[in-house]
Amino acid sequence: MNEKEKESLFNSGVLTGELPGAVRPPQDLWSGKKAGLVIVECPQRIPCNPCATSCPAGSILPFSDINDTPKIEYSKCTGCAICVAACPGLACFVVDLTFSEDKALYKMPYEMLPLPEKGDTVACLGRQGEELARGTVEAVTQPKRDKTYVVHVSAPKEFANDIRAIRTGDWA
Amino acid sequence: MTDFTADILVVGGGAAGLSAASEAASYGSKVLIVESDLELGGQLVKQTHKFFGSKDEYAGTRGYKIADILLDEIKENGQNVRILTNTAVTGYYMEDNTFTAMRGEESYMRIKARKAIIATGAQERLIPFPNNDLPGVYGAGAVQTLMNVYGVTPGRRVLMVGAGNIGLIVSYQLMQAGVEVAAVVEAMPKVGGYWVHAAKIRRLGVPILLRHSIKEAFGEKVIEGAVIMELDDKFAPTGKEERVSCDVICMAVGLSPTTELLSHAGCKMKYVPELCGFVAERDRTMRTSNPDFWSAGDAMGIEEASAAMVEGRIAGLCAAQSLGFPARMEKLDEYWARLDHLRAGEVGEKIRSGIGKVTCGAWEA
Repeated sequence: MNEKEKESLFNSGVLTGELPGAVRPPQDLWSGKKAGLVIVECPQRIPCNPCATSCPAGSILPFSDINDTPKIEYSKCTGCAICVAACPGLACFVVDLTFSEDKALYKMPYEMLPLPEKGDTVACLGRQGEELARGTVEAVTQPKRDKTYVVHVSAPKEFANDIRAIRTGDWA
Repeated sequence: MTDFTADILVVGGGAAGLSAASEAASYGSKVLIVESDLELGGQLVKQTHKFFGSKDEYAGTRGYKIADILLDEIKENGQNVRILTNTAVTGYYMEDNTFTAMRGEESYMRIKARKAIIATGAQERLIPFPNNDLPGVYGAGAVQTLMNVYGVTPGRRVLMVGAGNIGLIVSYQLMQAGVEVAAVVEAMPKVGGYWVHAAKIRRLGVPILLRHSIKEAFGEKVIEGAVIMELDDKFAPTGKEERVSCDVICMAVGLSPTTELLSHAGCKMKYVPELCGFVAERDRTMRTSNPDFWSAGDAMGIEEASAAMVEGRIAGLCAAQSLGFPARMEKLDEYWARLDHLRAGEVGEKIRSGIGKVTCGAWEA
């Protein structure tokens, strides 16, 4: 993909690399961090701060200007996924690389029907809706009791930087 | 003969009007809210997504819940507020300082108020294309009303025209309702709405085709599909076309401020492209050139509901103060600080430029 195609893809809402407000956690901390670390994909300056104000650990740093893009102090992140449920733009995710030998636990916001249940098989999607893998629902929570659910899905670790959504279906 | 009187008439019971009414009533002024819809809340009642902004603008709260919060706030000063729903203000007669209104379709009335706050919101724009009169062409607002207010899906497969916040959010809400979104077409080289709203539907597999527009619709008796076309840098068709099958074409190509009453009142109006149409010139208190008229929200320029609510507060505060009610004018600076924050980002650039063109220091000079 050349630069122009990349720009056009980004302009349509697909992240094409790291940017301020959309960075990957430091690998050394991330790979051993139980419960995982937050990944925020919010590269545009917009007036919005619930990720920072909702973070109980102070890991998403307070904004000096409400238009700031999020900055994260990873050592404080507990992987609690409160931000995943609080972000109005559904732009926060938690990925736990310690789930098993070959699988990571992806904690993603979910506001569709039907609501999956523990044990369900779901399609794990990349940023353009492409199916990257099948995953297993390990838990479904509703941290803010406001109909934004957080689905915890185990799926191959190799997609830690790519799986960002799920699709439910009738798979055995 | 007058049927209703009030200290302050608020025309429009949406985000801006309810905020204005609540603020004005809290200082003791008698407020009359006139709303043409059956219920108060305006566009808020169909906003099932969570709002952006900060806590002050109810960030993280879904729009329809915000309508409830504002209505509860108004109830606290309920003795000062009278509400007429299903009532459209049809005109303002300057010579008699009288508003005319129509309740339902049969009952007509006259309203006199010492001051008025016009919070009439906006109207959807449509773009013309062949066969746009076939059943199945909707405005995005209508689709939202059908789905989120009445629980009716508009069809099975939708082509969305426009990738501003409304087009992106309604696309997501269509998917929540189980409706397939075939694609979003957008004439500009980037989405106009918040990037995160675009990312939300992209990762669920919806293509957003930039530099694309609708050429024509086709279908025998109802919409069966659309021809979309690619545009070049000058928005001219490149010749590349594609047929998309769909039973709904949803238009989210922008809004225009609803300003007729401000024109009736002789307010100085100006065409400001950044604010999406003719809007009233205003001072920092949201007062127009007619000293008895304030305005707030989309009627003063198309913007987010979070800003409309703050503008409504300013108008309510200042209209109450002008009548001698003990308004806490120190809040004016606080409200402006909030507006400045909301407009500080990249997306607010256009708004800032537009507002700069119609804001004067003070009317009495």
